[in-house]
Amino acid sequence: MNVIVCVKQIPDPALPGELDPDHTLKRDVKLILDESDMYGVEMALQLVDAAGGGEVTLVSMAPNSEKGGLRTALAMGAAKAVLVSDGSLAGSDSLGTARVLARAVERAGGADLVLTATESTDGYTGTVPGQVAELLGWPSLTFAKKVDVADGKVTIQRQTEAGYDVVEAPLPAVVSVTAGVVEPRYPSFKGIMAAKNKPIDECTPSDLGLSGDQVGWSGARQEIVSVAAAPEREAGEKIEDDGTAHERVVAFLEELKLI
Amino acid sequence: MAIGKVLVFAEADGAAVSSATLELLTKAREIGDAVEAVIVSADAAAVAPQLGEYGAAVVHAADPQGRLSGVVGAAALASVVASSAPAVVLCAQSYDGRDAISHLSARIDRPVLTNAVDVRVDGDALVAQSAMFGGNTLVDTKLTSGQPWLVVVRPKSFAAEPGGAAAGEVVSLGDLELGRSGEAAVLDKHVEEREGPQLEEAAVVVSGGRGIGSAENYGPLVDDLAGLLNGASGATRAIVDAGWVPYSKQVGQTGKTVKPKLYVAVGISGATQHLVGMKGSDTIIAINKDPEAPIFSVADLGIVGDATTVVPRIVEAIRARG
Ligand SMILES: Cc1cc2nc3c(=O)[nH]c(=O)nc-3n(C[C@H](O)[C@H](O)[C@H](O)COP(=O)(O)OP(=O)(O)OC[C@H]3O[C@@H](n4cnc5c(N)ncnc54)[C@H](O)[C@@H]3O)c2cc1C
Ligand SMILES: Nc1ncnc2c1ncn2[C@@H]1O[C@H](COP(=O)(O)O)[C@@H](O)[C@H]1O
Repeated sequence: MNVIVCVKQIPDPALPGELDPDHTLKRDVKLILDESDMYGVEMALQLVDAAGGGEVTLVSMAPNSEKGGLRTALAMGAAKAVLVSDGSLAGSDSLGTARVLARAVERAGGADLVLTATESTDGYTGTVPGQVAELLGWPSLTFAKKVDVADGKVTIQRQTEAGYDVVEAPLPAVVSVTAGVVEPRYPSFKGIMAAKNKPIDECTPSDLGLSGDQVGWSGARQEIVSVAAAPEREAGEKIEDDGTAHERVVAFLEELKLI
Repeated sequence: MAIGKVLVFAEADGAAVSSATLELLTKAREIGDAVEAVIVSADAAAVAPQLGEYGAAVVHAADPQGRLSGVVGAAALASVVASSAPAVVLCAQSYDGRDAISHLSARIDRPVLTNAVDVRVDGDALVAQSAMFGGNTLVDTKLTSGQPWLVVVRPKSFAAEPGGAAAGEVVSLGDLELGRSGEAAVLDKHVEEREGPQLEEAAVVVSGGRGIGSAENYGPLVDDLAGLLNGASGATRAIVDAGWVPYSKQVGQTGKTVKPKLYVAVGISGATQHLVGMKGSDTIIAINKDPEAPIFSVADLGIVGDATTVVPRIVEAIRARG
């Protein structure tokens, strides 16, 4: 079974976020693998393993030709990657991104299954998985907390407000996985060394047959009209517990008429 | 100034319309000249009166027939878009809402603005506001694509108020074109047991973070206090990821947004991704042993102390009052 995983490379979320003068998130910095995508990579590796054959391919889109995050996922065990990279991709919205990823899936030779995370850490639109599925003309099963493949079908447990639903679809399909679907492995030393020589097929939107007005700022068809600081909430009273702080809390609850 | 027809993707659990849907209908009345809704339900007649009460003149109904509600919703929305050209489509940032809008977006080739916390009309354009960096920064974005403009709104962004008393007339959409997306079948539904009020509806929310020390402490330090205040219990992602409590309790950017009368943060540092889900609360009490914890910057009452001693004393004092 062949599985493609969409993995995003993002600015380190531990560092304070910054905006570019064009009001998009600053992305011309060192990018790392979005931690949310490690679950998809691990899930893919386990599914291919269970199927007893096939390989895991990564697809990724980034405005600069960053490969660091891809190397991390290759070190976990993916076989190869397609990286779509070009300055014209800056400012892409979720639909533009999905267009690129859907074409990249085709360039990678298609697959039985495409995995994504439910939302990226930096963009968190959560719409890319459904858009990719619709563009490929495949069913999408989102918010999976468990994934099984058998007899040409994928079955998931889909997170819901009340618990979960069991949802099934014939392959090929797109599945978005939540954190916790599996425990991602750490790349081994051997894996890290092997990743250095794994093939990354770097291409541009035009290689994928996409025109300039389908991606980037012009493809996004939206305009940021203002960026402002949110009104701050004032901090109130702060007390050090000397053994009687609970009395102040109880009095406060009384003032609020909650007890 | 209003902007033409607003179409709302409505969601309901049985006959109960979701609160996020009622919020969207309320906003739709404010920005639109006409409000209609799409509902995916086997019994649309049961939910239509409430949708009407909140402003939907027409309720376009699709039967899920064992398929995913969001996917059927996308086909239903596409069919209404084709037949009556709404200016705006609103849906909630929910599981099915995101399925519906993402499939719709690709089907009709329109971009989507997500994570909106407000929408307003500006001249002949629609402006959606979203919060970045944990709510510290507000970004206003205008869609320049053709209509309909697609916007996904975070629940609890505005208050729901009935009004308009529209007809809520049900129009069945009949067979819809789903393509392969309709091959996803829902085989079974598992409902997890839940006690007390729901997190998003509760007037009081008590949440625990890593500072409670262990999964075993969640009962005495979080659930007990929530129960005594007739509230719901919540959590940070740190303790959800640690497996101490289920994901349904998570408050924050990737969890729920809550706006209770009172929010009590127990052993929570106050990371921006947590704050964005709770700083709209009327009143906030924080208990944390680190006087520098960022949670104190939003707290009306901050207790610098050990949660494992302070909270049991609060619980005991409330119980002692009988
Ligand atoms: C993309 C993204 C999305 C995220 N989404 C969310 C989200 O939706 N919700 C969310 O909550 N987080 C989210 N996070 C995680 C967030 O950044 C923080 O890591 C998380 O909120 C921290 O949880 P915490 O406060 O429980 O733990 P910590 O940050 O470890 O804080 C524990 C606190 O407990 C205090 N403490 C320790 N012992 C005691 C004691 N005995 N008594 C009192 N206080 C004590 C400490 O001083 C500390 O302040 C997200 C992160 C990312 C990158
Ligand atoms: N630029 C990208 N490259 C590869 N995968 C992506 C990209 N953007 C989004 N994705 C995938 O789509 C998921 C949802 O992203 P988003 O819709 O941006 O929240 C991510 O977790 C990734 O799996």
